[in-house]
Amino acid sequence: MSDVRNEWPLWEIFVRAKSGLDHKHCGSLHAPDAKMAVQLAREVYTRRQEGTSVWVVKSSDITASDPSDKGELFDPMEDKVYRHPTFYQLPDSVNHM
Amino acid sequence: MYTQAMDLAPKEERKALRSAEEAALEARFEARIDDGDFIEAKDWMPEHYRKTLVRQISQHAHSEIVGMLPEGNWISRAPTLKRKAILLAKVQDEGGHGLYLYAAAETLGTSRDQMLEALHNGKAKYSSIFNYPTLTWADIGTIGWLVDGAAIMNQVPLTRCSYAPYARAMVRICREESFHQRQGYDSLLVMMREGTVAQREMVQDAVNRWWWPSLMMFGPPDKDSVHGAQGMRWGIKRISNDDLRQKFIDATAEQAKVLGVTLPDPLLKWNEERGHYDFGPIDWDEFWRVVGGHGPCNKERLAARVKAWEDGQWVRDAALAHARKQATKEQAA
Repeated sequence: MSDVRNEWPLWEIFVRAKSGLDHKHCGSLHAPDAKMAVQLAREVYTRRQEGTSVWVVKSSDITASDPSDKGELFDPMEDKVYRHPTFYQLPDSVNHM
Repeated sequence: MYTQAMDLAPKEERKALRSAEEAALEARFEARIDDGDFIEAKDWMPEHYRKTLVRQISQHAHSEIVGMLPEGNWISRAPTLKRKAILLAKVQDEGGHGLYLYAAAETLGTSRDQMLEALHNGKAKYSSIFNYPTLTWADIGTIGWLVDGAAIMNQVPLTRCSYAPYARAMVRICREESFHQRQGYDSLLVMMREGTVAQREMVQDAVNRWWWPSLMMFGPPDKDSVHGAQGMRWGIKRISNDDLRQKFIDATAEQAKVLGVTLPDPLLKWNEERGHYDFGPIDWDEFWRVVGGHGPCNKERLAARVKAWEDGQWVRDAALAHARKQATKEQAA
């Protein structure tokens, strides 16, 4: 196994496709620091005008939900249809509400 | 080229399951695959699935990176500024594709350094196609048309791969790859339609040399493919080597007519009954020779990669040292 101590840290890259939209995760890359990560993100992920703004976050700084908790966390919303506007049937004359 | 990774791997015995708990996990995993569900990095997966993917994705990444070499060879000699800009963009894309793929492989728990070391010490393979030389400018157009064309055939089904980070990388790659094939064909078309006799002969010569190696990119025939069935079962591979190869030949034979070149196979002939082109036997001995390290450029390609890595070491070290120094300074402030 190789010595990985000198590997550049991993960064997660978020790109805003155009102004008004949110930043969206598009991949990751290795870079020595934040400034270089932004520079490299531009080269790797926006070669065809895919973005107008880039966020970089060190992968090790991200806390994610545990995949095995998926059911516990998200399934309870499955039977709460009354949270959606379409749940309510209104008379035609006011249904555009 | 990418199906090669699976075919070239040593056949491994799958370990007997250790516990009832693991058997249950595996059953749930198989059920998810059967349902067409995607597997994410943090999900449980069988060790063999993980290993197979690491091997395939890293070899795919290596192919993109080594694939920069035969074309990079012509950047300084491109015939016009336009062609030079196009070729630069294409080679940069290949580097980008390598990076998307290395990142996808890293989600499986391997490191970039480990993968590069395996490439540099010859343990990991890359597509055999890049061990052929690019002798003339026509080779560059031909690579775009045939090699990238074959790569697209191979890669499009991978956008539906069961391993989601790989599938997502492939979506991005396929979107960009289409430009690669079209620019190649366009370049050849200009030479065939506006070029001199010598230039047209150059195109035909390049096509003659690249045709058979391109067909080999789909990997050995299905009957000799040892990993095909498991790959299909797991949704890592979606279409068989032979089916993809036939699809490529059918599409390319028509494109050759428009271009005005012949393909170097006297047995290539439309078969009305099958609804496909018949084609002559492929020299699999040559394929295995090249895979085994005895192609025209194996040594040169690997040496170029190792040199680039070693020559760049001081840059990587300096950037990291600078980052650490800045971080320490900030902490002190």
